[in-house]
Amino acid sequence: MVESRYYGQYGGSYLPEILVSTFDQLVTAFKEAKNDPAFWEEYEQIMSSYSCRPTPLTFAGNLTEYFGGARIYIKREDLNHTGAHKANNVMGQGLLVKRMGKKRVIAETGAGQHGVATATMAAKFGFKCTIYMGEVDIARQRPNVFWMERLGAEVVPVTDGTRILKDAINEAFRDWVTNMDDTHYVLGTACGPHPYPEMVSYFQSIIGREAKKQIIKSEGKLPERIYACVGGGSNALGIFSSFLDDSVELVGVEAGGDGLNTGRHAARLASKDGTVGIAQGFKTYFLQNSDGQMQETHSVAAGLDYVGVSPILSLLKEEGRVRFESATDREVLDALSLTLKKEGLVPALESAHAFAQAFKEVPNLSRDDIILINQSGRGDKDIFTIADAFKDPDWQKFIQQKAEEYRA
Amino acid sequence: MLESYLRNRLKKKDILLMTHLVLGYPSMEDSFRIIETMVEAGVDLMELQIPFSEPVADGPVILHANQMALERGATVKQAFELAEKVVKNFDIPFLIMTYYNILFKYGVPRFVSEMAKKGIKGSIVPDLPPEEGEEYFNAMEEHSLSSILIFSPTTTLDRMQYLAGFAGGFVYCVARKGVTGSSTDFSEELAGYLSMCRNTTNLPIALGFGVKEKKDVDFLTQKADIAVIGTQTIKVIEKDGIDAAGDFIRRLR
Ligand SMILES: Cc1ncc(COP(=O)(O)O)c(C=O)c1O
Repeated sequence: MVESRYYGQYGGSYLPEILVSTFDQLVTAFKEAKNDPAFWEEYEQIMSSYSCRPTPLTFAGNLTEYFGGARIYIKREDLNHTGAHKANNVMGQGLLVKRMGKKRVIAETGAGQHGVATATMAAKFGFKCTIYMGEVDIARQRPNVFWMERLGAEVVPVTDGTRILKDAINEAFRDWVTNMDDTHYVLGTACGPHPYPEMVSYFQSIIGREAKKQIIKSEGKLPERIYACVGGGSNALGIFSSFLDDSVELVGVEAGGDGLNTGRHAARLASKDGTVGIAQGFKTYFLQNSDGQMQETHSVAAGLDYVGVSPILSLLKEEGRVRFESATDREVLDALSLTLKKEGLVPALESAHAFAQAFKEVPNLSRDDIILINQSGRGDKDIFTIADAFKDPDWQKFIQQKAEEYRA
Repeated sequence: MLESYLRNRLKKKDILLMTHLVLGYPSMEDSFRIIETMVEAGVDLMELQIPFSEPVADGPVILHANQMALERGATVKQAFELAEKVVKNFDIPFLIMTYYNILFKYGVPRFVSEMAKKGIKGSIVPDLPPEEGEEYFNAMEEHSLSSILIFSPTTTLDRMQYLAGFAGGFVYCVARKGVTGSSTDFSEELAGYLSMCRNTTNLPIALGFGVKEKKDVDFLTQKADIAVIGTQTIKVIEKDGIDAAGDFIRRLR
């Protein structure tokens, strides 16, 4: 039987027959792991000794003073090993792969963070590893391709479709339907057929569990609002999940690209352009045309540049439990710049969306309020994109010199 | 009824041929000519794929055909218009193959009733397991259309029996793991799998994925009722043009 799970009308398990038995196995393995207290212990143990958990909650004193509104706290997922929250999901799935006795992992990647995390996990656990990455993303996240290859993974450029994240997911599925016997697909976000949305949010829930304890410890109360960027939705669900029953306003920030009215964005829930559809094995809001063909999306942040969104977030939007907003590429670069200068922190372009939205709202909050921003990752990987956006002349000169050296 | 048509036809031929094409590739006009050529060459039934932007079960050749059709502006409306035209012009059964989002966005009951109105005999929706397909299967039954279900080499015996309960017309047995277009090993193992498929359903069985020459069709004769040719005809047409497709099909059996 195909075991399905819905969140309201969203989710499900729209699988080709060839994958039904593989999903059976995965659903069972995940259930067993979840019911085994030793599994979570092992997970926390490895996340504390191999990654940097618990990640700190940093008080952003200078930004707080600058805006003169609520007190700003930042959850530091950038301090995970490999530089993003992606490690939480990947290490969890890695432990599951060991339980299932598979020897090879495959993954899609947009920003390259999930790919690097998967390649790292594969190196540590001794798995073979293949990463699918859209050609467009390879060009904008080259440093991560370098690291994946150094880590021993094979990086396969995807040249079909829009050549970004969704196309990489399709290619990973095509690999999987051939090699499922020894291969596990480490999907990088809370999307896809059941059990992925549940499983990925489960592993990412470690963010919120820690953040809740940390904010209570330092402030003695819960925050007013929590901000997280939303690509597929895994870092957002990770931090939101511990606060769903509290009176805390949860804000998901999608990629506004060139602006919602330009059509060049990736705001599935914050814009009016998203409609319900079924693709890549699950039902949710997609940016698609009236025939159901997926549309091209746009964002400066490769990790947010995706046509669909977690079915769990679609339900939370419908229920009014999470508010969805968007930040444009321009706003994101400004927020990034400000955070660098004021706090010495380097958010990834993805994470900077959460900062940008928080900065729009924080001046209107009271000084007694607290807000929490999830810094899902660090921005080192974005050095080329950021340098381009700032038109940094010295950097350009350096690249030209480097190119000359290689040519010689 | 599709099943009785197939049974009658099987009285005269040892094995039937079903061909596949992507509507709108290279263009809607060419699709009509391809269908005409294939019918003249004697195919017994055809599977018309309405292009989708995310065809996950398809390999590079059919994927590319989907993308090109969409880039050239193929729409669901045009696909239905063409379907109606070929049903009127040619006296073989036509099926629609597409991914579930195309039905979902159109409205599942509306899509199914549109197929019935146009004279389509059934459909194949590779990303819709029966567990998720109540609305679809009800609508198909209401309009007496055949829901073609898929068996795969990873499908357990229990599940084959479960799927057979939803199937109509014939059962589409996928020859191997993987996507459309890669090569298939026509081996004893495949024969064993086919006899397992045969034992779990009373419907005729088709075998698809990797069928590309007479040798393959010969192998399948007696073991399956229908040989499905997909990727290979696209390749032939891309290389040698539409007329070559007719010769290619005539040489298959
Ligand atoms: C640093 C970072 N943040 C956020 C995302 C978006 O993913 P999600 O919405 O699943 O957290 C990505 C994806 O690549 C990422 O690399």
